[in-house]
Amino acid sequence: MFSPRVIPCLLLRNLGLVKTVKFKNPTYLGDPINIVKIFNDKEVDELMFLDIMATVENKRPPFKLLEKVASEAFMPLGYGGGIRTLEDIKTILGLGIEKVIINSYAVENPAFIRQAADFAGSSSVVVSMDVKKNRWGKYEVFTHSGRKATGLDPVKFAVEMANIGAGELFLNSIDRDGTMQGYDLALITRVASAVNSPVVACGGARTVQDLEAAVKQGGASAAGAGSMFVFQGPHRAVLISYPTSQELKTAFGE
Amino acid sequence: MIVVVDYGLGNLGSIANMLKKIGAHAVVSSDPAVVEKADKLILPGVGAFDAGMKNLETRGLIPLLNYRVLEQKTPILGVCLGMQLLCKRSEEGQLPGLGWLDAEVIRFKFDGNIANLKIPHMGWNTLTVRQPYPLFADLEAENRFYFVHSYHVVCADRGNVLAQTNYGFDFASAVVKDNIMGVQFHPEKSHKFGMRLYKNFTERV
Repeated sequence: MFSPRVIPCLLLRNLGLVKTVKFKNPTYLGDPINIVKIFNDKEVDELMFLDIMATVENKRPPFKLLEKVASEAFMPLGYGGGIRTLEDIKTILGLGIEKVIINSYAVENPAFIRQAADFAGSSSVVVSMDVKKNRWGKYEVFTHSGRKATGLDPVKFAVEMANIGAGELFLNSIDRDGTMQGYDLALITRVASAVNSPVVACGGARTVQDLEAAVKQGGASAAGAGSMFVFQGPHRAVLISYPTSQELKTAFGE
Repeated sequence: MIVVVDYGLGNLGSIANMLKKIGAHAVVSSDPAVVEKADKLILPGVGAFDAGMKNLETRGLIPLLNYRVLEQKTPILGVCLGMQLLCKRSEEGQLPGLGWLDAEVIRFKFDGNIANLKIPHMGWNTLTVRQPYPLFADLEAENRFYFVHSYHVVCADRGNVLAQTNYGFDFASAVVKDNIMGVQFHPEKSHKFGMRLYKNFTERV
């Protein structure tokens, strides 16, 4: 049986893992390798790592850390943050991380997405878009970890990126990030119905039912989440968790 | 010694990581002298069919692989594109494949009520093992593997289909002919199930 992927999305900041709320107020969670080992033991479907400071501080991807991650995690892995050259992509794929996630640079230099897809194959190239409602209530794509408005409409941008080779679109709602109030299903539906490429939805998940809604109602191919897998209880105590395969089977059913 | 054949395409890092984890004696190499000495071979691969064949060709590996696999019967496991290269041809490219299996590779096509299935087939899926075989020892009852592919293998001889998987319809997700094995999924990215499969390849095949 084919099952939609459920993906913990982990944020790196100065080589530590953090979790944000609406892209602000990062809470420190712990050492990335320890947390990766726990997720590996829980046999998660896939893991995504996003270095939220790499582009902002003009830093290179943390290759050493990624190498350690890849030797501890035996599931599909994606990395995003500060990727700007084919050489970066070659290095990351060589470590055993099969997806590169590109956000700010896809806006700055869209031709790079085509080059990346020609070089690595579309299925290794994920374009990530951070979306927020602007002051006129319209969805808009932001880059640089939510700091920079682009004026781009997420649906148009997603279609353009899919057409030039993005094998997958990572769609993150800044307004829902860390809030655990459920996904922005309207946003997911708009983007997922406009492209043939798989969409990974992220931002707002609290329960398995939320994950299910992103896929069944929103049309996402995969459900990503942060807080849901790293916090527990009203005081947001750090505790790594992941639904059991039985819970996921019940949710996504045959 | 297992040699993971490096022909410039693919998931070498992750296969090497998993072989190391299970304690297998393995090297990644494109050196014909090393391939010459392999007890077992793994043909990895991610990317386009023609790029794969061209890279094998320019490294001068095709005659050597033919000799090692067809004459000397060295066990070989093709993974993902590596499985597709075992076949005669692919819809994806112009170049002939290695042709060791009487099979061809075609693109997923969906119509009717499954027309909305996304291509590539990307994600976790299960296998139905059709015949007992050491590669799938302890994996018949429960398994789950990670797939990423837009093309799939069609065997002329159904007897070569070792396992099948459903994505819109049943397709061959693992094949076997004598010492030649292929899997469409990525065992190196499939947790304990993938570890079991590589362990089986290392110890039981």
